[in-house]
Amino acid sequence: MQRLTRDQIAERLAKDIAEGAYVNLGIGLPTKVANYLPKDKEIFLHSENGVLGMGPAPKEGQEDWDLINAGKQPVTLLPGGSFFHHADSFAMMRGGHLDICVLGAFQVSCHGDLANWHTGEADAIPAVGGAMDLAAGARSVFVMMELLTRDGQSKLVDQCTYPLTGLKCVSRIYTDYAVFQIEDNGVVRVVDDCSGAGSEELKRLTGLDLAF
Amino acid sequence: MINKIVPGVAEAVAGIQDGSTVLVGGFGGAGQPMALIDALIEQGAKDLTIVNNNAGNAEIGLAALMKAGRVRKIICSFPRQADSYVFDELYRSGKLELELVPQGTLAERVRAGGAGIGGFYTRTGVGTMLAQGKEVRTIHGEDYLFEAPIKADVAFIKAKCGDRWGNLTYNKTARNFGPVHATAAGLTVAQVDTIVELGELDPEAVVTPGIFVQRVVQVRS
Repeated sequence: MQRLTRDQIAERLAKDIAEGAYVNLGIGLPTKVANYLPKDKEIFLHSENGVLGMGPAPKEGQEDWDLINAGKQPVTLLPGGSFFHHADSFAMMRGGHLDICVLGAFQVSCHGDLANWHTGEADAIPAVGGAMDLAAGARSVFVMMELLTRDGQSKLVDQCTYPLTGLKCVSRIYTDYAVFQIEDNGVVRVVDDCSGAGSEELKRLTGLDLAF
Repeated sequence: MINKIVPGVAEAVAGIQDGSTVLVGGFGGAGQPMALIDALIEQGAKDLTIVNNNAGNAEIGLAALMKAGRVRKIICSFPRQADSYVFDELYRSGKLELELVPQGTLAERVRAGGAGIGGFYTRTGVGTMLAQGKEVRTIHGEDYLFEAPIKADVAFIKAKCGDRWGNLTYNKTARNFGPVHATAAGLTVAQVDTIVELGELDPEAVVTPGIFVQRVVQVRS
């Protein structure tokens, strides 16, 4: 068995994005997917702060702080890209115009419930940003995460214990062990055992009765 | 002759009352009208309710306004930042009230306020902590939350170019909340990089028409 690195998870996920897709890569880990999008396909990257056709990070010294992504890092605009205000940007999400969003997660349940915005700790400062809008609005919500917490607990769970971001919204989960598909009635199917862990090991790690 | 251009930032923020609700443009630093916020600190209005996507960075702009003790409440989507320590301290010590709103719901509540819409139903937030106390309505078989509009006394926005009628264009992603906030306040003040002659802006490219803007002030960046 060989677990995938974070970059390899991003590379695996990027393979499942079709030409012409309108895609939002959230903040943090999912933004790595941009590095692996096939160069021979046209894929439109959306950022919540009002840009479509987002390009890679600029060269050092060419940063424009009026041209940033959702993580507030400088980006570039591809030919054909456009800018728009926040109400239009979120209309694109909630209106079902985005084909895919990729989000990180603390936990995902076997019904596709997502928890990714709040640890639930009493003194934590809550910050939701666009996570709930993306979860509720994108046609497909892909989660990219490591399968286990640092202390070995599965983040793919029967029921989320962290505060929820959205109900029944996740369709696929890309992890360092495998790619999981959420199906109806709480069925979780392993569609790619990319680490070669095997069915018994994946069932043991997640504690779920997985389908293959 | 109508001339909405004011000579300086002091005139731009003149008359703002204690207790005002102020919409502030910007996503992080991009589009945040720093000069107007600095002028408001100088002007002295207090007990303010601020609406912005974030809750300030380091000790500039909104963070400076909060540090000066002028803000009673902030309505925002993402207060926690690597350098939001001014907010963090005020929030944890109970000196600042926070209303946390999903980002798209925030934009749409302000849009509704500016468009004379009495609220709307959205699927965002259904089944989460942020749905507490909100009306749920099932529409075409799906659950939606009711969200009320936001209207404000004042809006501060940053734009690229403006003319004496208040027509505005923006710069890249510094546009963000600006055009939405401009519509929802009794007094909209635009900080612009450049003032242009009437007729110089391509009418097809004007993003905020002057009807939404009361004061324009040039602040060279």
